[in-house]
Amino acid sequence: MKVVIIDYGAGNIKSIQFAFKRLGVDAILSNQPEEIIAADRVIFPGVGEASSAISMLKESGLDGLIPKLKQPVLGICLGMQLLCNDTEEGQTKGLGIFDTSVKRFSKDLKVPQMGWNTITGLKSNLFKGINDNAFMYLVHSYYAENCEQAIATTSYGFEYASALEHDNFYGVQFHPEKSASAGELLLKNFLEL
Amino acid sequence: MLTKRIIPCLDIKNGRTVKGVNFVNLIDAGDPVALAKQYAEKGADELVFLDISATLEARKTTLDMVLRVAEQVNIPFTVGGGISSIEDVDALLKCGADKVSINSSAIKRPGLINELSNKFGSQCIVVAIDAKQINKQWKVHLAGGSIPTDLDLFDWAKEVEQRGAGEILFTSMNNDGTKDGFANEALAQLSTTLNIPLIASGGAGSVQHFVDTFKVGKSDAALAASVFHFGEIEIKDLKEELRKNNIEVRL
Repeated sequence: MKVVIIDYGAGNIKSIQFAFKRLGVDAILSNQPEEIIAADRVIFPGVGEASSAISMLKESGLDGLIPKLKQPVLGICLGMQLLCNDTEEGQTKGLGIFDTSVKRFSKDLKVPQMGWNTITGLKSNLFKGINDNAFMYLVHSYYAENCEQAIATTSYGFEYASALEHDNFYGVQFHPEKSASAGELLLKNFLEL
Repeated sequence: MLTKRIIPCLDIKNGRTVKGVNFVNLIDAGDPVALAKQYAEKGADELVFLDISATLEARKTTLDMVLRVAEQVNIPFTVGGGISSIEDVDALLKCGADKVSINSSAIKRPGLINELSNKFGSQCIVVAIDAKQINKQWKVHLAGGSIPTDLDLFDWAKEVEQRGAGEILFTSMNNDGTKDGFANEALAQLSTTLNIPLIASGGAGSVQHFVDTFKVGKSDAALAASVFHFGEIEIKDLKEELRKNNIEVRL
């Protein structure tokens, strides 16, 4: 199984690599199109600010490549948000895989949402063996609006989409690599899709 | 619902844990990686490593430790102590730290908070504040609480937030080490004026103290060291008691 983590300069990808290592898989960091296309599984990570992340993707030409991928792709955190239509952060246009918009949490909530929250309404093989209301670790100031492609929702003041699925694309707002055993199971499921 | 977090804190010197740790089934109580793994299994929500190494050479050992923790531990962790530049933070994050905590360097040069949050995102920048109440005034202290400054705790906390910190770790020096409970009055005032999460630190001695800091102090997370290290409070028992008190926790 060849797993590639897209390395476009955004955030802490070491943790994701280590999480796969704990599952016995050596995930490769790469920004090379040939290597990404040839992978069995692709991880699209991201931590930081949306508009600069999109600029970095464009510089390496990966913004055009990612939507054309055919193997299972998992966007994590900002990675998931960039797969949506658009985000309020830096008024950025996303890659348009997930038909929803990303908004900023309202000012009457503590922002970022930081810590462990539950995921509910689970409806994907990605969650095989994971209980409804399982806890996942989240750190984010922007959220994807609930939509038909939501495969899990989380409540922080209101319900939003904490995981999305469309064709071979999956996205999770939480950090499975930091979500203890439930997160590990999710990554294992992703490898077995 | 977002849960309240329980955070054990480990002091690190030359890549080893320093304060005595009393875990019965641990062969090497000085090994931060083994300890971190145990805490993750016991249900800790996050970990904080505070590097108290004095030399540059020792800090390199810390980087190696951070890498090994990231390799083996599946919950988030913060590293603090002696961080004063973009390069310091970059090195720690590259080794797999999820967040960094800055303290004295932010007081000496507040612009550092802006620089770090612009470069790395506010989600990974924790600003630690040590303060002591003197004549009813909460004054911020430098260098592990040894040097008083003129800064007022509440003004400084607001400034820290405005400059882009993602979280504040407030240690009350009046409470630290007393095991008499957290500084809930100051915490509640901070929590209601701040729009970012607040970690309470200093004073944990009993399960009730944690209940109080979440209910009265309105903290988002609570940090403690010795009560966990010496097994005086088991995290699982603590969380069950918190849940009985209608405080949302991850169990």
